[in-house]
Amino acid sequence: MIPFDYQRAEDAAGAVAAVAADPDARFLGGGTNLVDHMKLGVAAPHRLVDVTRIGLDDVAELPGGGVRIGAGVRNSDLAAHPLVRGRYPALSRALLSGASGQLRNAATTGGNLMQRTRCVYFEDVTTPCNKRAPGTGCSALEGPFTRYHAILGASEHCAATHPSDMAVALNALDAEVRVLGPGGERTIPLDEFHRLPGDAPDRDTVLEHGELITAVELPAPAGAARSTYRKVRDRASYAFALVSVAAVLDLDGGGAVRDVRIALGGVAHKPWRARAAEDALRGGAPGEERIAAAATAAVAAARPLPGNAFKVDLVRATLGSVLRELAAGPAQEPAEPADPADSTENAVEGEGR
Amino acid sequence: MEADVTLRVDGTTRVVRVDTRTTLLDALREKLDATAPKKGCDHGQCGACTVLLNGRRVNACLTFAVAQDGAEVVTAAGLGADGAPHRVQRAFLDNDGFQCGYCTPGQVCSAVGMLEEAAAGWPSAATGDVAAEPVLDDAEIRERMSGNLCRCGAYVNIVAAVREAAADSAGNTGNTDSADSVTSEAAPAGGAEVR
Ligand SMILES: Cc1cc2nc3c(=O)[nH]c(=O)nc-3n(C[C@H](O)[C@H](O)[C@H](O)COP(=O)(O)OP(=O)(O)OC[C@H]3O[C@@H](n4cnc5c(N)ncnc54)[C@H](O)[C@@H]3O)c2cc1C
Ligand code: FES
Ligand code: FES
Repeated sequence: MIPFDYQRAEDAAGAVAAVAADPDARFLGGGTNLVDHMKLGVAAPHRLVDVTRIGLDDVAELPGGGVRIGAGVRNSDLAAHPLVRGRYPALSRALLSGASGQLRNAATTGGNLMQRTRCVYFEDVTTPCNKRAPGTGCSALEGPFTRYHAILGASEHCAATHPSDMAVALNALDAEVRVLGPGGERTIPLDEFHRLPGDAPDRDTVLEHGELITAVELPAPAGAARSTYRKVRDRASYAFALVSVAAVLDLDGGGAVRDVRIALGGVAHKPWRARAAEDALRGGAPGEERIAAAATAAVAAARPLPGNAFKVDLVRATLGSVLRELAAGPAQEPAEPADPADSTENAVEGEGR
Repeated sequence: MEADVTLRVDGTTRVVRVDTRTTLLDALREKLDATAPKKGCDHGQCGACTVLLNGRRVNACLTFAVAQDGAEVVTAAGLGADGAPHRVQRAFLDNDGFQCGYCTPGQVCSAVGMLEEAAAGWPSAATGDVAAEPVLDDAEIRERMSGNLCRCGAYVNIVAAVREAAADSAGNTGNTDSADSVTSEAAPAGGAEVR
């Protein structure tokens, strides 16, 4: 590891200024991905700007029933927050299915969104990888270790997947990412936050150097919506997704689909919004035929690599099963604006983590 | 680049000069002679390095010591008091919750942190309804302890030990046992409802 300077930022503006001024500086959240990458030689920043003590540790209710999650909120606190457990169970489930209890206690919301691929070739600095070392080639396209690689949206330059569970749920929940940069604030829909690899796989997201995630905002869930997250993996816990599904289903009084949102994990360079599957479900009750059509539509554009074609069937089966579960299950707690006293009590304080 | 870091380790305040590249785990083991936390993988994949950092279980191998300046660290050696093991340590002994013992300090710290999380009502991936109060059955214990690998495969007895410690703490809310004093300060300061 190369030597580096460490500084604790005191506020968001200071953090942005410090990183923006130095092309070799990086924000440090919980460190569970960046410290690992510095050990592996995948990342070699000269300066770390710690953003865990800049007051972004609250989960707060927004007027209208949405929720604002500070970028510094730890994954464990977010998953356990009453507002999230009650209104966005898919998000709790996604967080809880990721990593381990220890890692979730350290990992932050911002760091989770920014975590990099677990592609074995990306993490092994002795192999060619366009994401880590642009222009060297993509080892995954040749295989043989393609189990965790993309079947959708890959390019001839990169077949890596985004490993975050949380981001898949946030996509299906239509979250927005709030960002502070040297030029001011902007808001990015989650679906536009991560990129497809194209010919620049070294860029995972649309963030520019020096831009800091300050919060993630969730709109209020629809009245009768139900949502969940299902993750399929090689062992029962503490493993990344082979395939995952986040889905939100809102049925009207007659049982017809009023709204549906589906995102897939483990299959693409970004959380994959399955819009064709959503379209196939709309217009009537979510019966067997419509569910089968949706599952087929979700993978119609799949182009598996040698060694990962099984993921096409796995997506179809997992999505079908999730949709059947949601269609049969009860609607979740509606988003009644909480008692203000309550929401203060429920705010996550980040003091001294 | 070097920095002075102040850490409270197992109840004693220590000041140590470290290279910024030093992880908390290496600072503890190499600089402060606190060798209870072990280095298994050094990449967050095994849990052998688990300590309680400001009361919460974390992997000491994936955080830099400089980033923890001012923190309170409790290792497995800091649990319990003078010859009286912490109830979780006692349960590991009584249930043979180990073989070679390499993973054990991490398992014990993880179990202590985990029991606090469960007591605070935190759900897990094994919880059927994440909005409901979880019940700490064996499936829950396995899921919540999955961040600690045991290469000897002592899992059956580890689960038994944690189950026993959980039952102990549930029946012992008065918490007069001095051996528990380290952890009673260490409640997760999270947003979970305490019911
Ligand atoms: C063994 C292991 C298993 C894991 N399993 C899973 C899993 O199953 N599912 C899953 O989803 N994840 C898993 N993870 C990954 C884990 O979720 C991430 O490492 C974690 O979420 C990263 O958060 P952090 O705060 O530690 O980020 P850091 O490591 O601190 O930072 C990661 C990146 O984010 C940047 N960053 C941090 N904060 C901000 C901000 N506010 N704005 C802009 N940039 C920022 C940093 O500069 C860095 O580039 C696993 C990790 C390990 C080690
Ligand atoms: S040594 Fe830290 S998790 Fe393995
Ligand atoms: S007892 Fe040997 S590794 Fe767990």
